[in-house]
Amino acid sequence: MRESTIAAISTAQGAGGIGIIRISGDDAISIADKVFVSFSGNKLSTLEGYRAAYGNIVFEGETLDECVALVFRAPKSFTGENVVELCCHGGNLVTKLVLRAVLKSGAEAAQAGEFTRRAFLNGKMDLSEAESIMNLISAESKSALKAATEVRQGSVSKKIYALCEKLENTAAHLSAWADFPEEDIPEISEENLRNTLNESLCELDLLIKNYDAGKAITQGVPTAILGKPNVGKSTLMNLLSGFDKSIVTDIPGTTRDVVEETVVLGDVILRLSDTAGIRETDNVVEKIGVDRAKEKISQSQLLLVVFDSSIPLDDEDRLIIDEIGTTPAVAVINKSDLISKIDIGFIKSKFENIVYISAKEGTGKDELIKAVSKATGTNEFSASAVLLAGERQRSAAESARENLASAIEAMNMGFSLDAVTIDLENALTKLYELVGKNVSEEIVDKVFHNFCVGK
Amino acid sequence: MNYIAGKYDVAIIGAGHAGIEAALASARLGVKTVIFTVNMDAVGNCPCNPSIGGTAKGHLVREIDALGGEMGKTADKALLQMRMLNLGKGPAVHSLRAQIDRRKYQDIMKHKLELTKNLELRQAEIVKIEKDGDGFMLESRTHAQYLAKKVIIATGTYLGGRIFIGDVSYEGGPDGMFAATELTKSLVKMGLPLRRFKTGTPARVLRSSIDFSELEAQCGDEPPQHFSFETEEELQNKVVCHISWTNENTKKVILDNIHLSPLYSGMIEGVGPRYCPSLEDKIVRFKDKERHQLFIEPCGLDTEEMYLQGMSSSLPEGVQSAFYKTIKGLENAVIMRPAYAIEYDCVDPTSMEPTLEFKEIKGLYGAGQFNGSSGYEEAGAQGLVAGINAARAVKGESKFVLDRSGSYIGTLIDDLVTKGSNEPYRMMTSRSEYRLLLRQDNADERLTPTGYEIGLISEERWQKYLLKTEKKQQELKRLKTTTLSPTAELNEILVSRETSAVSSGVTLYDLLKRPQLSYVDLAPVDKERPDLEPIIIEQLQTEIKYEGYISKQKDRIEQVRRMSEKALPNDIDYREIQGLRLEAQEKLNKIKPLNVAQASRISGVSPADISVLIIWLSSRKKEKNK
Repeated sequence: MRESTIAAISTAQGAGGIGIIRISGDDAISIADKVFVSFSGNKLSTLEGYRAAYGNIVFEGETLDECVALVFRAPKSFTGENVVELCCHGGNLVTKLVLRAVLKSGAEAAQAGEFTRRAFLNGKMDLSEAESIMNLISAESKSALKAATEVRQGSVSKKIYALCEKLENTAAHLSAWADFPEEDIPEISEENLRNTLNESLCELDLLIKNYDAGKAITQGVPTAILGKPNVGKSTLMNLLSGFDKSIVTDIPGTTRDVVEETVVLGDVILRLSDTAGIRETDNVVEKIGVDRAKEKISQSQLLLVVFDSSIPLDDEDRLIIDEIGTTPAVAVINKSDLISKIDIGFIKSKFENIVYISAKEGTGKDELIKAVSKATGTNEFSASAVLLAGERQRSAAESARENLASAIEAMNMGFSLDAVTIDLENALTKLYELVGKNVSEEIVDKVFHNFCVGK
Repeated sequence: MNYIAGKYDVAIIGAGHAGIEAALASARLGVKTVIFTVNMDAVGNCPCNPSIGGTAKGHLVREIDALGGEMGKTADKALLQMRMLNLGKGPAVHSLRAQIDRRKYQDIMKHKLELTKNLELRQAEIVKIEKDGDGFMLESRTHAQYLAKKVIIATGTYLGGRIFIGDVSYEGGPDGMFAATELTKSLVKMGLPLRRFKTGTPARVLRSSIDFSELEAQCGDEPPQHFSFETEEELQNKVVCHISWTNENTKKVILDNIHLSPLYSGMIEGVGPRYCPSLEDKIVRFKDKERHQLFIEPCGLDTEEMYLQGMSSSLPEGVQSAFYKTIKGLENAVIMRPAYAIEYDCVDPTSMEPTLEFKEIKGLYGAGQFNGSSGYEEAGAQGLVAGINAARAVKGESKFVLDRSGSYIGTLIDDLVTKGSNEPYRMMTSRSEYRLLLRQDNADERLTPTGYEIGLISEERWQKYLLKTEKKQQELKRLKTTTLSPTAELNEILVSRETSAVSSGVTLYDLLKRPQLSYVDLAPVDKERPDLEPIIIEQLQTEIKYEGYISKQKDRIEQVRRMSEKALPNDIDYREIQGLRLEAQEKLNKIKPLNVAQASRISGVSPADISVLIIWLSSRKKEKNK
């Protein structure tokens, strides 16, 4: 089976010296040729593997950046496919623009870990293959190392280190207080402890939100369109058709069985799954039960929930709304000529973001962009703010956040401080995974540094 | 002429806390054992504080006891005062501590060594050790030679010992004993990576010269708990301790004379522990702290020597006398033994396996301060493990390694052999990531089965243990199945404990989950409860209340266990594994971890390195299967 050609920014997000846009797949070289103009005049498609060319990235008549393009030909690349790496200047805007150009030229946004997955799948699992993956992982650790050395330049590690420092001091205090009971160490005040935990939790929240927003911009956000049959999902699809999009199908060259559609909506790339169903069956009887909705919700990070303004909400609507939980969502209300019967008050109580669309007037486009931007946090996304450098860091930050929440809960329930300390240390362990340290050593060091303890 | 004074299966050099546990374990496992001491009167000496246990150390003592060691039993017999530290801070950090009569403790231990079958106690300074076939030849200063299949080095602070008091410095061991000055040469010749550590102890002062009238007294708990799960007699608190504080004058005397300290003049090259600093260290490092606490502890019932906990120093004796006299209650203090610092030779423990056998010299083991630890309890724990392993090796039995997730002893040894230590290593509860599981109250439950299996727990004690476990399980079952109605009486109790009332039936188990409620609180509404030992109640309460945490820690253990099953062969050259960072390659080659879990605990080996190792292992396996 022919795999599509994928692209992503493969360097850590945030300020860095170099930004690399990696393209992999059969069409990698021809797609790269659409945006890359070498100074020598040679097309990349004329180059052998392991060759580099120097030139400009030019898209829609505009020069975006200078660039070195590295060409790897299948199977001698780590994914085993044709690969082009466009090495541009770092910085969120430049790399983002170049990626955008590549995506518009026919590549799809890569899923997290997809390059690695392809590397696994394309070769037989012999030693050399394993080694290539090891090097890949090692490259990841190098980039984590790089992130760590970027402390002075104000990147993610600086933030994590500051957070660790604060939590370490608290953990060390708790530890010294417990381990040296005869050393006259003051008991930590409950209020201080609570404040530290809450502040750290908020900071992690912010980091995670900003990461998700950044990802929505560069890699796209898995999005599901929900709603009962005949409420206007096809109207929404038509509206979305007005944006740039690409279609992924499981049989090349056909438009049947659409697996995923990518729509660029303002700053955000929406990755819509299961759109074929919506197109084809909206006018027929659609069998989308609540179970199906549940599954979609669990797989998505953004929900567009469509309602028809002319009919009152029923149980099925409410069941869907109940399933949404904390997933960011936008209520899309399809206006018709008929009198509005929908309970807007109820919708407003459940959705922060509400958009009206009208097929007849063709309106709602700008509002949708705004609402999606708000729901995904991209409106508040700051490229200069600290960004987590990948899914691994995000999941570590998420676990750390959960552990802090559990520490706060333990305090609320009246558990003794040894239990709170365990949650706190687990949170630290997760944060340390980001910077490669060992939690108990750090705390022990802090105890001796901060507290006068002896025998 | 060669005088062969004896042939043994296991020989132990040093009869301190490590040596004693090693010798007893070895002899009790049925192999012919000899233990050497520089001085017969120094067996089981406590040259520093006259106490056993304390935070995390109390855990170690109970674990040693559960494995059939001697420390807890002897501490109970020599007890002067018992306290459970950290009550109110949570069950993970409750720790038992005993003030002991140090002479009595020594006498009991020495007598125990003398009476133990298969064991000889000898006064001899071992000056030479050499490989002799598969075993070793040891030679004493008096030219007696001993042959042994296995040797355990437990030399404490005696090895290359050097005393410092102000600008005075001389070769010496603790408490005025001779140092063991010759053995180091042999060890270096054998290739052991030796280094120098430093520690110290405060002065002992005459009881009658102290004015206790204005000092706060510290009494023992009533009734005193016992360390050993075997002790049945009721223990008694026999002494009180006192608390005093340093002040501005103390600080001034010390700062005026700081240049006279060998630590600050550069005479001492050894690395001292950060947690056991001398008073001058504390004052220099923590300038803003106005006062430091000290405890005045009796050294025994038949002595007037008092130990000044917290007042360790290596300043000249005159300065010591002057600063002690600035302290309330000590205005007229008469110093009987001055404080001193001591420097000694010890080994880098990363050269050992978790059995405490040296990787490069089979049959040679190390334990206690020689391994870079600090403290009687840490020493005893290692001695026990080294002794068990040496004896098992003689008998051709498998290696005995305690897991980090199952004990503080396992944690201690894993830390030493995996991470090493740049200073004398002291156990702390914060060193265990599993501390809600590894409590002092359940040490018997965690380790008695292991002790029994090894052969160090008697049949009688085993039956007693089974009975206790059975009682606990019965009661747990009863708590889960007994439902209380929402009576006014029950709700009155609940509200008085500041927890919410109930409106329907509720099990005792669910009620006990509430942090605010204790087992005792529910007595009026739980009429059918059996009469249980306090320790069983304590265990049940903790396990019910902290169930969520305990199961989280168990999950984590399960994850680590899976990594432990990925064994790393001894012959891997990590430099050949692509993708490992250089630092990781070097560290892995040095430590030679037994499995991936141990590898992951080496500082300098990152999670990404571990991923590389796992992939490398699985690809190697596939290659082999082809």
